[in-house]
Amino acid sequence: MDEYRVLSPTGVLGSGFLETSFETALARRPHFIGCDAGSTDPGPSHLGAGYAAFPRAAVKRDLRLVLAGARQLGVPLLIGSAGTAGADAHLEWAFDIVKEIAREENMSFRLALIHAEQSKDYLRRRLREGRIKPLDPAPEFNEAVIDRAERFVGMMGTEPFLRALEAGAQVVVAGRSSDTAIFAGLPIKHGFPAGLAWHAAKILECGAAAVENRKTPDCMMAAIRGDHFVVEAPDPGLACTPQSIAAHSLYENADPFFLKESSGTLDLTRSRYEAAGDRAVKVSGSAFIPTERYTVKLEGAERIGYQSVVIGSVRDPFIIRQIDDWTARLRDRVHARVKQIYGSSLEPARYHVHIRIYGKNGTMGPLEPVKEIRSHELCLVIEATAPTQELASSLAGIIRHQALHLPIPEWSGLITALACPYNPAHLDRGAVYRFNVNHVVEPDDPYEMFPMELYAIDAAQVTRYEMRDTSRGIRDASYGI
Amino acid sequence: MTALAKLARLIRSKNAGPFELTFDIMFEDAATYERVKRSGALSREAVAASYGLPPGQVKFFFCDNALAVKASIPRPAAQGDLADADGHGGQQYAPLMDIEVP
Repeated sequence: MDEYRVLSPTGVLGSGFLETSFETALARRPHFIGCDAGSTDPGPSHLGAGYAAFPRAAVKRDLRLVLAGARQLGVPLLIGSAGTAGADAHLEWAFDIVKEIAREENMSFRLALIHAEQSKDYLRRRLREGRIKPLDPAPEFNEAVIDRAERFVGMMGTEPFLRALEAGAQVVVAGRSSDTAIFAGLPIKHGFPAGLAWHAAKILECGAAAVENRKTPDCMMAAIRGDHFVVEAPDPGLACTPQSIAAHSLYENADPFFLKESSGTLDLTRSRYEAAGDRAVKVSGSAFIPTERYTVKLEGAERIGYQSVVIGSVRDPFIIRQIDDWTARLRDRVHARVKQIYGSSLEPARYHVHIRIYGKNGTMGPLEPVKEIRSHELCLVIEATAPTQELASSLAGIIRHQALHLPIPEWSGLITALACPYNPAHLDRGAVYRFNVNHVVEPDDPYEMFPMELYAIDAAQVTRYEMRDTSRGIRDASYGI
Repeated sequence: MTALAKLARLIRSKNAGPFELTFDIMFEDAATYERVKRSGALSREAVAASYGLPPGQVKFFFCDNALAVKASIPRPAAQGDLADADGHGGQQYAPLMDIEVP
């Protein structure tokens, strides 16, 4: 084999791609199709509450096309980070869509589900063993954090994908995965250099995002060869340039030259980018430094509480010029009123009032260098977060009323200080979540955190054909890839 | 002196995971990139000053082959946490636009 062709239909499954681009790509006979289906980018709620960021119908549209394409060519389809956050709830959701498509389209294939959700017992054990290590920066992580968490996932590397294929899967639907691991494993397994495979994967995982003139989410292809790879978007209207491809290694990474993976580090310091015709780019020189210690990155979310939001605006220049003092007095009045109503049953430590001032520093908060207010009106977004939704809503009611009539010294008599566009004046947001970990686990092997289930799917018939592997470690000599 | 906003093809910010913000400053041609790089006006210290941070908290890189400068800082609040105002980190780059380049 002198080249290994990889197709990434889109940057995120559910964000779409052109059918014409996909057909062009299939005609080039990729050796497999990979799809990144998730990210932390949509925020902690998806992991915390267990739902996907993209609509089911949008994911089904993309999945139907990629499943049909992969089956038509008889090549593997690898889907990572199913359902956005890649925990069990998300994996089941994605599996359900796959089964529905197979039934509707009368498709037959063998499928592997790879779990990425982590049990609290497992994490407690690894924490006690000193085998959970912080990244930089990282929040405090201890047993109390584990106890409070809604759920955790580990970010799998290439190895669980390859194991699923070795077990006969034609379609792999995996939980949380390193975006690049979806694409890097197979080329390396077929003997292509790890540095090139990982670098191509880094470009592929965002679909056509690395082209110079991105119009909509679309397909991207890479051909990996002995000493270089070539990337090209199938749509003839899209062009990669050496600069656009080089620049893509910057995207969403803190460090543009060293990209950390479970099994090592992609080193781009000596990468070279050359034009290959008008629309393609040839990349060489990228290296992969295998790690001494295999690590799996953790993601977790905890419920902070329930939230209600009051949105209102201020136009009075007297209030605007004293807005910091005004909001401080509002806070004091809200706390006093809460104490009056709830007494010791709702101590200040158990609820949180957060005031955003748009027109001052609403967007950047403490990073905002502009100190003076230049606007003739301000928007206030005031959040109450409490242990129950009922309490949060009640607090929002108190905030509304206190803000409305908070006096200022310039006026004598009752004022109405806040313009409220909505009625009722507050919005109930439900549960709100935060990310609670930025650490890695040192597992015994690349598999123990990622058990697999195998299914034979024949249209409407779904048969599990092997026991779920609870993985007391299949050690694989190739795991340094 | 020219504002960085007038020299760059793109200045952007984005999350680099839930706990870091990253800035990309990209140039159209090598001459402009070299001008900015050689001027010393765009530096770890300049980025730190733009956000009121100690320079030690700023990761800073010149990426010659991408004609780009990159900087990363810790997020003031983790993505999605109560005090976070920009879930995708996409609107944090404006102060960099005003850096003056000789």
